[in-house]
Amino acid sequence: MQVYLDNNATTMVAPEVVEAMNPFFTELYGNPNSLHKFGTATHPALSRAIDQVYTALNASDEDDIIFTSCATESNNWVLQSIYNDYIKNGEKDHIITSEVEHPSILSTCAWLEQQGVKVTYLPVNEEGRVEAHVVKSFITQKTALVSVMWASNETGVINPIKEIGEVCKEAGVLFHSDAVQAVGKIPVDLQDVHVDFVSMSAHKFHGPKGVGALFIKNSQPLSPLLHGGDQMSGRRSGTLNVPYIVGMGKAIEMATQNIEQTMASIRAKRDHLEDELLKLSDTFTVGKREHRTPNTILISVKGVEGEGMLWDLNNAGIGASTGSACASEDLEANSVMLAIGADSELAHTGIRLSLSRYTTDEEVEYVIEHFKKAVERLRAISSSFAKQAPTA
Amino acid sequence: MAKNDLIGASLWDEYSNKVTDRMNNPRHQGEIFEEDVKKRGNKLIVADFGAESCGDAVRLYWEVDPKTDIIVDSKFKSFGCGTAIASSDIMTELCVGKTVQEAVKITNIDVEMALRDDPDTPAVPAQKMHCSVMAYDVIKKAAGQYLNVDSESFEEEIIVCECARVSLKTIQEVIRLNDLKTVEEITDYTKAGGFCKSCIKPGGHEEKEYYLVDILADVRREMDEEKMKAAADASAAGEIKFEDMTLVQQIKAVDAVIDENVRQFLIMDGGNMEVIDIKPNDEYIDIYIRYLGACSGCASSSTGTLYAIETTLKEKLSSKIRVLPI
Repeated sequence: MQVYLDNNATTMVAPEVVEAMNPFFTELYGNPNSLHKFGTATHPALSRAIDQVYTALNASDEDDIIFTSCATESNNWVLQSIYNDYIKNGEKDHIITSEVEHPSILSTCAWLEQQGVKVTYLPVNEEGRVEAHVVKSFITQKTALVSVMWASNETGVINPIKEIGEVCKEAGVLFHSDAVQAVGKIPVDLQDVHVDFVSMSAHKFHGPKGVGALFIKNSQPLSPLLHGGDQMSGRRSGTLNVPYIVGMGKAIEMATQNIEQTMASIRAKRDHLEDELLKLSDTFTVGKREHRTPNTILISVKGVEGEGMLWDLNNAGIGASTGSACASEDLEANSVMLAIGADSELAHTGIRLSLSRYTTDEEVEYVIEHFKKAVERLRAISSSFAKQAPTA
Repeated sequence: MAKNDLIGASLWDEYSNKVTDRMNNPRHQGEIFEEDVKKRGNKLIVADFGAESCGDAVRLYWEVDPKTDIIVDSKFKSFGCGTAIASSDIMTELCVGKTVQEAVKITNIDVEMALRDDPDTPAVPAQKMHCSVMAYDVIKKAAGQYLNVDSESFEEEIIVCECARVSLKTIQEVIRLNDLKTVEEITDYTKAGGFCKSCIKPGGHEEKEYYLVDILADVRREMDEEKMKAAADASAAGEIKFEDMTLVQQIKAVDAVIDENVRQFLIMDGGNMEVIDIKPNDEYIDIYIRYLGACSGCASSSTGTLYAIETTLKEKLSSKIRVLPI
């Protein structure tokens, strides 16, 4: 059996999404900017996709939702343009973010630091959440932007975005949230929450890779990252990626229609899986379940190194992930595990399992069985469970 | 960076079949207990290396016959990824049958070589080499225990990277053994500098006594000096090939040949020549010369005379030589 439990990395494209995209490759392939019928024939579908995205996020017609190539682009756009628009001229000098952001935020912030920007990396609490009062305590007169992820890719932990939004609004500071792990997984209502910029990516909610978006509240100014033919009202140049935008529209509609029901169904499977895995001794999961996206588990298994665990799961046909040591090419321990103050001995033992609405009960049972087998085998090898003490 | 680096490495696909096999079915995983060893009149050595907080830890067990110092049995326990487990497994196998004194000579290179499917293809990608370095370190630790080297002396090693507990000596040895040229390579092989990064160069969040950049520069300088000394010694003994000489040695050698065989004829004609530069150029070694006096402008300087000079140098020094007048 093949079981894909790495849906926070990417997802299967929904067959309905593929179907919606298909006509725009060989039939309706015109450039939307053209005056002729080949171009204008794409407009109804684009309008529909735009409506689907606005509806899914409850955005107002005064807001801009600009399609980009991915959330990395959206994140870079916000950070680089805030620097260009507010910091370079000396008006502001400071950006606040958190320790557990995605690399597209952290690497861009590191680059901004080289340009002379002051960056505060907020710590998270023991549950892995960024707290609004902590954000507040770091805001200065010179703070240009607060950027805090909506939900964590590693743990699924959801940040109190509404409260952080209020703090920023009160202080008159712009607020950006990387909502890649939230959109399509939990309700995101952009009229209910005060947030100026929101990044998202279609491939995290069963849409295609290579298309994302940036929400800009009230069409407020933000200089473009990509200059060119002035597509998207000049906010983001580049020929509109019609099939992918259509796919994103369809995908976000499917993911957010009946989201409460979908969440309940995924949550039930996730909770069952988590309950079963926690029956193993010396294990713990990060973050309260009610504060997590309903599909994610980050579990620590004492004495079992993350990549070794992935190896055994992979041999059983199960795709999972770890942010720790060996799986990625650098040697860092799981940054989230360290940030939440987990015992450093456990920093290399995190395994992330992320479900989707396509995950079946049968798959969950299969994973429970093989996860337990892998833990048993690797603990038998593990030095942490050795009985004979060292002789010196 | 190039075409092959454009998509992420498929790390596991770079493992040899032996690494995969040893991870899936380690042969020597397990423990050896004190009471069993005592019954056989042997000595048990159990040594730890690494730490779970660093992502890799190994415990090595040796049963040693005290009469012969031969390791009669060896097992391991490991917290780590596939290559850590595979390296530990093959390492115990390399120890069995050797005396402790022999076992301590097993290096990380031996461990990695033993995991290769064919001798020319590395068993693991570079960033996984540290797993075999750890196998090498744990052997030294076990040997230290058995040979009663004061355990204090091990602890008093100069630790350069605290996070990964890598000693100055290990770093120096690894640079030498593997001919490492960059700090990134040191990190790949030893994990030093892979965590808090304070030990890479001054200016990190912790001040250190030793930095990888300085250690690398020092060892590389020593290696260059040794190479030069070896070249000088070999040259003095007349045992060195022209291609392996230092530039200065090459210039001296060329001048000596010219002095002995060529210069007198040029001077007789009212001319002379000097060597300007010597540069390796693919399969050639280009020697740039300049004619002086009557030679410059002489028709033969680019034909017959040049041919004579080049032929003489080729014959006396190296067939790869080309002589280029400027």
